[in-house]
Amino acid sequence: MKVVLDQEKCVASGQCVVAAEDVFDQRDEDGIAVLLDAQPPAALAGDVHQAAAVCPALAITIQDD
Amino acid sequence: MTTAFSDGTTTPAAEPEFPMPRAAGCPFDPAPGLKDLQQQGPLARRRIWDGSTPWVVTRYDDQRRLLADPRVSADASRPGYPSPTRSADQGNASFGFILMDDPEHARLRRMVTAPFMVKRIEAMRPAVQRIVDTLIDDMLAGPKPVDLVESFALPVPSLVISDLLGVPYDDHGFFQQNSKDLISLAVTPQQRGAAFKALYEYLHALIEQKIAEPAGDVLSGLVPRIAAGELTRSDAAGIATLLLLAGHETTANMIALGTVALLEHPDQLARIRDAGDPKVVASAVEELLRYLNITHNGRSRVATADIEINGQTIRAGDGILMPTEIGNRDPAVFTDPDRLDVDRDARHHIAFGFGVHQCLGQPLARMELQVVFGTLYRRIPGLRLATPVDEIPFKHDGAVYGVYELPVTW
Repeated sequence: MKVVLDQEKCVASGQCVVAAEDVFDQRDEDGIAVLLDAQPPAALAGDVHQAAAVCPALAITIQDD
Repeated sequence: MTTAFSDGTTTPAAEPEFPMPRAAGCPFDPAPGLKDLQQQGPLARRRIWDGSTPWVVTRYDDQRRLLADPRVSADASRPGYPSPTRSADQGNASFGFILMDDPEHARLRRMVTAPFMVKRIEAMRPAVQRIVDTLIDDMLAGPKPVDLVESFALPVPSLVISDLLGVPYDDHGFFQQNSKDLISLAVTPQQRGAAFKALYEYLHALIEQKIAEPAGDVLSGLVPRIAAGELTRSDAAGIATLLLLAGHETTANMIALGTVALLEHPDQLARIRDAGDPKVVASAVEELLRYLNITHNGRSRVATADIEINGQTIRAGDGILMPTEIGNRDPAVFTDPDRLDVDRDARHHIAFGFGVHQCLGQPLARMELQVVFGTLYRRIPGLRLATPVDEIPFKHDGAVYGVYELPVTW
């Protein structure tokens, strides 16, 4: 599983952090999402898909193996 | 509304078909007319107060798709932008970035997103817990019945947002009253305009004060932006107005209306009260947001290009209204959608909107609601309505749904 985050699209809603805190964080200056783990373990697949589904800016895409 | 004819007679003009009324006795459910529209098809035109006929979009997938579509504008100054009521058509000037499009919207929004990020909001949780506990202590020590709106639902978010923004809480009477008028659809356009002006001028003066004496609050955080020429004082005041209004009125309505809903669904209330598990409370908050969707009567947008949707075309310049209260009851997405079920996974609801304008304060709202719903019923297990539910004044006339007052006892 590969996660791609488009920071230009991100609107800092923080929904990805709530859904998958091991994979996403927010940068201090403006709350824009940052990717902590671009290739998270399979155990986190559910959380990461949830993060992508609730991102209001459609800024997260997932490439499944 | 009447139309004058040259011969001096008048005839009633066509009545608006939107917003639609809720059914008597069903205070938690969207208007039956919206449910009918959702069942009939994805798109329908409905006449609003000014005689125009914007599209009313009722299905979850379509609402999400359109709210996230860059060809859909939130700019209220564009021709075709549908204001759901006459009073909502007034006082939109300088109302922060909520009525702007990218890239200017994103530029301004990013100036105030940092304080609302999840980890900073989490750090505020103990302070919010103290506020909630103190207000409950005061209620328990005082006379009953008590109006839960006045004594609890409104003070919690007002205290929190005042402190965060750096607005003196002593002014809460002033900003609460004007906020109430600003989102009421029952006031005249002049009253709404006056309420906006009062709040805006108050915050403009406060920004000036922060420039003179910056502190550690969010409004002071705008001072370097102003100094650098990235933000005008007017834009700063507009942003401050938006944050103060959205920061207390919405959460207050969720607290009060959520409590009515839970008292009317005692099994669901018991589940929250007795779980002793923050995860159950967090899930319940998402379900209450979905079920109650307090920002009702439609999110307004206007198309800037032709948009094909389900075989129909929304033309450039067409207005679009998206009442998310019905999107959140779409049976294609939520099983048995009209049932309040605090254990369901409702995290993908669109009560905070969707797209680039989705509520920037949602981490704060979530945390406040988790603290409130996780504490209130545990500390006052005998909480009950002090009046029959059909005598509670619901805010049918507001842009934000809720209750005007909520007499409770225990």
